Parts: sequence; structure tokens; C-alpha cells
Amino acid sequence: MSRLWRRNRHWVTPALFLLPGLILFGTVILAASIETVWISLHDWDGIGAKTWVGLANYIELADDPQFYVSLKNNVIWLLIFMLAPPIGLALALIVNQQIRGMRILKSLFFVPLVLATVTVGVVFGWVYDPNFGLLQLLFGAFGGTAPALLSDETFVTFAVAAAGLWPQIAFCMILFLAGLNSLNDDLIAAGRVDGARGWRMLRHVVLPQLSQVGFIAIAVTVIGALRSFDMIAVMTSGGPYGSCTVLAYQMYQESIFSYRFGYGAAIATVLFVIMIVFIAWYLNGLIKAERSNA
Amino acid sequence: MYPRPIPEDARIQRALYLGGVALVVILWLLPLLAVMLTSIRSNEELMAGNYWGWPQKFSLIENYKAVFEQTAMLRFFLNSLLITIPSVIGVLILSTLTGFVLSRYPFRGSNLIFALFVGGNFLPAQIMMIPVRDLMVRLGLYDTVYALIIFHIAFQTGFATLFMRNFIAALPGELFQAARAEGASPFQTLRHVVVPLVRPALAALAILTFTFVWNDYFWAIVLTQSDAVKPVTAGLNNLRGEWTSAWNIVSAATIFVALPPVVMFFMMQKHFVAGLTMGAVKG
Repeated sequence: MSRLWRRNRHWVTPALFLLPGLILFGTVILAASIETVWISLHDWDGIGAKTWVGLANYIELADDPQFYVSLKNNVIWLLIFMLAPPIGLALALIVNQQIRGMRILKSLFFVPLVLATVTVGVVFGWVYDPNFGLLQLLFGAFGGTAPALLSDETFVTFAVAAAGLWPQIAFCMILFLAGLNSLNDDLIAAGRVDGARGWRMLRHVVLPQLSQVGFIAIAVTVIGALRSFDMIAVMTSGGPYGSCTVLAYQMYQESIFSYRFGYGAAIATVLFVIMIVFIAWYLNGLIKAERSNA
Repeated sequence: MYPRPIPEDARIQRALYLGGVALVVILWLLPLLAVMLTSIRSNEELMAGNYWGWPQKFSLIENYKAVFEQTAMLRFFLNSLLITIPSVIGVLILSTLTGFVLSRYPFRGSNLIFALFVGGNFLPAQIMMIPVRDLMVRLGLYDTVYALIIFHIAFQTGFATLFMRNFIAALPGELFQAARAEGASPFQTLRHVVVPLVRPALAALAILTFTFVWNDYFWAIVLTQSDAVKPVTAGLNNLRGEWTSAWNIVSAATIFVALPPVVMFFMMQKHFVAGLTMGAVKG
């Protein structure tokens, strides 16, 4: 027995180490994700038996106007979120100076990132309040009245996504600061000798060195935009009149509020397929970067 | 360095620059500052429409006392701790094990397993929502803190494995060769080589996981229902519905929810930033 153990322990122990994490992640995360695809082929109220309906949920989805509202809003989120990397870079450039006191200012910039999205939602609900919010303060200063953004079907998604931008900018800023700290000083010095300054230096010497970090910032931002849920749930519950839902929120609504778990699963599957494309693109980029570094 | 550093001896220029950046920070945090200001304002002043002026009377203590005594926030806060702390401990243990194996015992398929951990971590929550909820109902764990603890440990292990695997892979290989040469078993290697060396990584991972789990809202509303188990994020949103016009109370509760992650962040800022950048950048 003990000989058998000694001969095999070099792989048995590592296997035992790996198993708890692998089993938990494999069942709760991976298998569950695949099961959703299976559920999407059924009609199910969440309690009783599932009835096989084939692709009926997807066919219904293709005719559902709410689905196109969600899809359109997902695109709006994506476009607005694309502001996060450039603004994050700009803020990173501003604070990248070694002055006494700059460190504390830097960390204050990061604060939105550690706030819960619920907190961000409450805070921006306050900003957008048409009676006394910050926005009204701003409009009032010019003698105008602020639009009630959160009850306006045209602007609501822009307003909510702009609120979501706040922590995302902080995230991009952290990434770019790390990138700026690992710039090659020789190249910068050579650029200065050649007379490159300001914008041209940024464009031709600095940005090329930030391309990897920039790629990560963009990818993480795209994935973050597609995952948006909390802000919508907290700020508007998808309203007014369902005008600010995204796929993630519509899926939640169909399942939890309308007990249409099969239909909800179909929406989740569509979101999943869209995300997989971006996740694959991101992982592929990372693997390439790792190979070229090695 | 870019942008070009402002020279050490240009004292005035440096002070002006710092002042300018401070102004940008104030604008940047203005929404949060407004909520902080409201949280110390009295109800009468809000009724009278004084939202932005300097408070005539500071009601800091009254407002926060009202949050503790008249709302269930303290209960929610305790629930959040009961959920977050076991989740963090579980994640640290599991990911040290998986990270150790995936970085030091390559086998056929180990890269695939690693890719699954990393990829799964980016999945949207909704894709696993229905089966996870169903699983917790069937296990009798729905609407208990265990449902959230189990889910958070499982999900965060994806990111944490990526993190620990990269950290352990970057440790000097000689240490592991020496351990092997002396006939150390994998368990002894883990105990005497890996565990003492990964402490800084575990600190970074602990603060990151704490923040992620504490701030979760989606799973809180999917897996819990009653006030007795609800964490602060879900609790805050309910509170907002019940106390619609008492903005000072809602603001005080909001600050209360935000406090633990913000305090942790300022206490362990270096670890947090290093962790986040390593997690995202090193891939």
C-alpha cells in the first residue's frame, strides 16, 4: 500500500489539489452555462416539468420588438463605454507626475472603481434628479431646466451608460498608469532628442508602447459594457416602458418576473454567443502577447 | 517618463499643477461628495429645498443613528460579512491549490483547464443564472447565505486561479528543483515552499475578492429573498424604495455600504492596484 502510494503520489496529490476547485468551477459555472443552452430549447416555468419546444423560443425572440430594443441598447452601451479608454488615458497622463501629494490624488481617482454598482446607481440617481440633482444645478446656473433623463425614453440609456462609465474610466486609468510606468525611457529620450514633443511624442513614441495595455483596456471595457445589468436594475428597472433594457436585463425580467425560464434562457444564450466572440478575441490577443513576450 | 516631469526646482509650477489636479479630483468625485454632504443634512433642510447650500445644522449622528435603528441596514451589513469573509477564505484556499498545480505540474490538458478557468471568468452572469438558482433551490440552499458563498467561491476561483497560477509560475524554479531533489512530496512543497512565498499575492487577491463579493448585486437578488440573509447591496436598493423622500437617510445608508471596500482599498491600495493590473495585464 505504502509503496503504491509512494510510486503514485507525485501525480495523485496534485490531482487531489486540483479537484475541489475544478469540480466546483466546472459544475457551478461551466456546466450551468451549457445547461442554459439546453433549457432554452424548452418551455419551463421554473418549477414544473420542462416541455421540449425546439427552436420555438428563438423564433419568438426574432419577432419580439423588446429584443431589438435590448440589442440596440447593448450597442449604445458599447459605444458609450468606448469613451472609457481615451478618458482613462488622459487622466493617467495628468496624474503621472512625481509631486508630493500626487499619490493621494491618484487614489482618490480610483474610488469609483471600488464602489458597488448599486452605490454608483444611487449616486447618479441623485445627479440626474430633475428637481435638485447636480445636472439641474448645472442647467440652473445657465437659467435652464434639466431634462428628466431617467424618465425620457430617448435619453435614458445614454444617461445610465454614462453613469456606468464612471467606474470604467477609473479601471482604464489604472491600466494605463501601469503601462506608463513601464515605458522605455531610452525611446522617450531618443524622441526628445529628435525634437518630438507633446502630441507627436504621444502619438509616435508613447502610444505604440501602450498598445498591449490599450488592447486590454478596450477588451475589458467591451466585455464590461455587455455585462451591464446592475445599473439598469437599480436606476430604472429597464424603464420607462422597457426602453432601457439590455439583453442581460431582459433575460432576468422574463425569467424572474414572468416565470418564462425557457425564453429567458434563449436570451441568455444569444448574449452568450455575442460574448464568446469577444472573449475569444481577448484570450487570443493575450495568448499572442504572452508568446511574443516569452 | 512621459509626460515630461515638471522640474524639482520649479516649486510654483509644481504647486499650481497639483492644485489643478486637485480641482479635477473634486469635479470627478462631485457626485459622491454631494451624497456625503446630504448624508449629514437634516430632513427639515431637505424639505426646505436646501440641497446644495452649506448645512445650517449638522445631522451626521442623527442620520446614521436612524440608519442603524430604523432600518435593517445593520442586519444587511452583518449578512454581507457572513457572506464575504467565508467566500474570500474559500477562494484563497482553492486558488492556491489550483494555481500551484497548474503552474508546476504540467500534464496533458492542463492548458485547456487553465483556459476554461480564465474564459469562464468572463461569462455574463445571466448565462448561468437559471441552472445555478435551480441547483440552490434543489439543495435547499436558496435564500440562505450558503447559496451565495458557494456561488461566489466557484465563480471567483476562475479569476483567482489565473492570478495564483501566474504568481507561482513567476517564482524562481530553483526552489522547486531543490525541493524535488530533497525528495519533498507535493504536499511538503506546497507547505514549505509555496505557502510562505505567496503571502503578498494572497493579500492582493483577498482585497480584490472582498471587493468583488461585497459589491455583488445580481446574485444577491437572484439567490436571496428575505431580509435575514440579504447583503447590503440588495438591502440598499430596497431601502431606497421605502424611504423615497428621506434622501438624507438613503445617502447615509449609501455611504455606509461604500465604506468597507473604500477603507480596505485605502489600507491596502498597493496590493489592490498591483492585483488588478496583474490580473488583467499578465493574462
